[in-house]
Amino acid sequence: MKMTATLTAALLATTVWATMAAAQTDLSMWYHGAGNPKEAAVLQTIIDDFNASQSDWLVAVESFPQESYNDSVVAAALAGNLPDIIDVDGPVMPNWAWSGYLQPLQIDETKIENFLPGPKGYWDGKLYSIGLWDAAVALVTRQSILDDLGLRTPTLEQPWTQEEFMGALEAAKATGTYDYPLDLGMAWTGEWYPYAFSPFLQSFGGDLVDRSTYLTAEGALNGDAAMAFGEWWQGLFANDLAPGTSQDPAARETGFQDGKYAFSWNGNWAAKNILETFDDTVFLPAPDFGAGPKIGAASWQFGVSSASKHPDGASAFIEFALQDKYLADFSNAIGLIPPTASAAQMTENYKDGGPMAVFYDLTKAQALVRPVTPGYVVEAKVFEKALADIANGADVADTLDAATDEINADIERNSGYGHSE
Amino acid sequence: MTSKLTTSNRAGWAFALPGFGLIALFIVIPFFFAFYLSLTNQRLISPNPTEFVGLKNYDNLLSIGVLTIEPERDDSGAIVRDDNGVPEYPRVRGFTRNNPDYPQFDGMREWFRWQSGDTAKVVVASDVVFWKSLWNTVKFVIVVAPVQAGLALCLALLINQRLRGINVYRAIYFMPVVVSIVVVSLLWRFLYSPDNGLLNNMLHGLSFGLFEPHDWLGNPDTALGSIMAMSIWQAVGFHMVIWLAGLQTISPSLYEAASIEGASKWQTFRYVTWPGLRNTAVLVLIVITMQAFALFAQIDVMTNGGPLDSTTTLVFQTVERGYGKQDISGGATISVILFLLVLSISLIQRFLTRER
Amino acid sequence: MATISADNHGLRLVVRYVVLTLIAVIFIFPLLFMVMSSLKPSDQLLRDTASLRAFLPVGDIGFANYADAFSRAPVALFVFNSVLVTGVTVLLSLFLCSLAAFSFTFLNWKGRDLLLGIVIATLIVPFETIAIPLLLLVSKLPWIGLDGLQFGWLNTYRVQIIPWIADGLTVFLFVQYFKDLPRELIEAARVEGASWWQIYRRIVMPLAGPVLATAAILKFLVMYNQYLWPLIVVQQESYRPVMVGLQYFFQLDTAWGEIMAYLTIITVPVLAFYLIMQRAFISSIASTGVKG
Repeated sequence: MKMTATLTAALLATTVWATMAAAQTDLSMWYHGAGNPKEAAVLQTIIDDFNASQSDWLVAVESFPQESYNDSVVAAALAGNLPDIIDVDGPVMPNWAWSGYLQPLQIDETKIENFLPGPKGYWDGKLYSIGLWDAAVALVTRQSILDDLGLRTPTLEQPWTQEEFMGALEAAKATGTYDYPLDLGMAWTGEWYPYAFSPFLQSFGGDLVDRSTYLTAEGALNGDAAMAFGEWWQGLFANDLAPGTSQDPAARETGFQDGKYAFSWNGNWAAKNILETFDDTVFLPAPDFGAGPKIGAASWQFGVSSASKHPDGASAFIEFALQDKYLADFSNAIGLIPPTASAAQMTENYKDGGPMAVFYDLTKAQALVRPVTPGYVVEAKVFEKALADIANGADVADTLDAATDEINADIERNSGYGHSE
Repeated sequence: MTSKLTTSNRAGWAFALPGFGLIALFIVIPFFFAFYLSLTNQRLISPNPTEFVGLKNYDNLLSIGVLTIEPERDDSGAIVRDDNGVPEYPRVRGFTRNNPDYPQFDGMREWFRWQSGDTAKVVVASDVVFWKSLWNTVKFVIVVAPVQAGLALCLALLINQRLRGINVYRAIYFMPVVVSIVVVSLLWRFLYSPDNGLLNNMLHGLSFGLFEPHDWLGNPDTALGSIMAMSIWQAVGFHMVIWLAGLQTISPSLYEAASIEGASKWQTFRYVTWPGLRNTAVLVLIVITMQAFALFAQIDVMTNGGPLDSTTTLVFQTVERGYGKQDISGGATISVILFLLVLSISLIQRFLTRER
Repeated sequence: MATISADNHGLRLVVRYVVLTLIAVIFIFPLLFMVMSSLKPSDQLLRDTASLRAFLPVGDIGFANYADAFSRAPVALFVFNSVLVTGVTVLLSLFLCSLAAFSFTFLNWKGRDLLLGIVIATLIVPFETIAIPLLLLVSKLPWIGLDGLQFGWLNTYRVQIIPWIADGLTVFLFVQYFKDLPRELIEAARVEGASWWQIYRRIVMPLAGPVLATAAILKFLVMYNQYLWPLIVVQQESYRPVMVGLQYFFQLDTAWGEIMAYLTIITVPVLAFYLIMQRAFISSIASTGVKG
């Protein structure tokens, strides 16, 4: 008798659950993390929790390899095949929003009040995307190297000046111990260039585009500050202070650990491995080239596609994912920077005194998002090529002029990308 | 060959149509669409309406001019020279940027220059990268097509002998072809690495330390050559196989006859083998030329067109602009130019090799 | 005398083998590098690239990379997809392209030269230049399946197969080969009343061994290495081919050991295909000798 009762109850429960599931509306989601099992596991947890937490929506994810994710999304958009929820790289978001791939999020903005600025994707005054993490770049070295070279440890309050930074590189070069003093990661092509190197330009006082109008790069990318940046950049390679564009990927990945370089300009995602190799690893803030120290901000973020027939459900999922515990999960799994201080306290690496806590502070103090404009996609490409050319010895003024012209022509061809005077 | 026996409109169309229809639907029609795109300002993604712009895209790519620059003179009118006695010239950007006296050169950049007495003749183009990629593509084809075809023929002759285990060698020579070019490019990047690359280390060892490490892909003078060498190495096995297929069609009785008449090896090759390879030669050359003109993957993986545009190519620019910079009409324009270029080359080739 | 010439012969044989082997070394090293590297942990692998150790199974050797590769990505699925798509395309391509080439070479019909001219002109069109127009086209094409009439071919096997069946190069390959076959054979068959299909099936194709093998290998390589096209027309993992799968391994912290293991795995089917083809190739040689 008792057993039948249990059975009936179980059956009933199953039926209820089944009908409940049947009543849920499917939401499709695309994500850039294929090939990263840890990342997939965290995301799957969030999805499972969300699907179980309510009875309206059922999210299913399709993962793509990051290298080709943007191409897949653009192709799908052209063919009219977008899912409900997509993730989007922060600086690319305005391009997709302007093109009509995305619609504004319907989430309660008080929930993201305490977020770092980088993960919040605003375009045209509306929130289009929100990130569960941020990423940061630091000058990686070892305390023992600083001591050997007799260098002051720079701080957020008092970062190295250009003279101090160049002095440090020269000092490292003079030892003769290193292949090169500084590893900039020239082997990583693509978004790394604008993400990691445009902050140098901004710290000199230049930029990819004039942010007051977003209608021209004249003066920003080829003004005096930009020229000074260009000369400095070229000097790094001409004086053998850093390996150039032909650096092989292997040297980028293990060179610092192998002692080939004294300093490495690298992201927080690589920090874990380096910490495992050297326990005296230190992460130094970006030097100040005159206009304040700067690093890049904004990483991958979630948004709702314009093709979605259920933006309310898609937004509900994204809002659900913004809980501190999930932010902490992502951080613990793949070393990313949590976007809230409270989530940071819940993580191994970013809590007060944690080995990577400095990245949280770096992001807070130095981060500057890349130009918020649909034209960024082209600007980034043009900038990448200009930097590679200058590193390879091209004339600085001519190269920056050409880059400026190309960006301006592109803005004109796109009728200002929705910006107006 | 207009024999009635072989005339059949119905069978002819019926046999050709399935294959031709697929080609028409999936290659010809999309290409015409690409041609149409090249006449518009279509972007890959944009909310702005598409406009017909005529030949503007072609104009942007092809505009080119020669600027004559007089050397700088000091107050006394003498030519300013540097320490080596070379005259100094004002910067080109003074003429091409916002200079109302030279409206025809506005926005152009220097491609190359030469001296004519004390004046400098500067070739300026509105799209220098395009011209460089055209020139690189042509260089690549001119070197790779004959070298690869010749080496492949040598290998085919070498491997076309009756020896125990020859099949193993044949398979080994073919191996690089089996591996995707993307993968090969990845592997060779390690080989060409400037500091600790295997190539540098081996040359250093073989020359007893005389050879200084060289930055193969990072130096504009050697980057394209390095890619050529790798490309030839990768695909030569494939063309070897095509030559082999051609060699197989030559009747052994011809070789017997040659041997009976006491022909030397060279004579046998010249009068028996080579004439028998005529159609194969046309095929190999055309295939190599097409593949060489389509050079893309190696560039994309190894150099991204650099250093200083020394390895950028037409197809690389098509992709870079069409997809990377979302300028699909600009990319399409380059494809159309490439198409017309190769078409005219093959028409000339056909005219020169026509059966008389 | 006799002994001297035998020695001479022996010496020449040795020289031949030495030459063949030296050339073989030049061609085999990247594969050797790939296979050996797949057995090494990433950091050792990268250090070894600087020396000849790259080609030797030394140091910390094991199959861990293979296990890791399988857990990172559905490797077997990708290989299956690629082999399926490639196999079907190759078969259909050999049939339809040889049929068209047969018609272009041996039959006289109105419009033949124009059509052949168009086919050869398509040789010049690099795929990259028509990818986007083609994407827009296939996203609207109709298909009649079990569920009735549908529009759009995205996320299917057919979208990876059908556009690739016929191409100018394969047709051209057959045309060039067929030109070398004696026309008298065909005309004689016509006199005897053979249909065109019988001539294609019983006379021409049995003589086409070498070109079939060449065309099959060429098509196989093109199809197996597809990257850009599946990337833009396939969004579901269940249809992804091997080269798109390769991207799974390029993470921020690239696992070179696993990449080498993956590359080794995906190279096996191509190598096997070539070896089978080579056999077909050799056996067909005996039957030729048709030209003269």
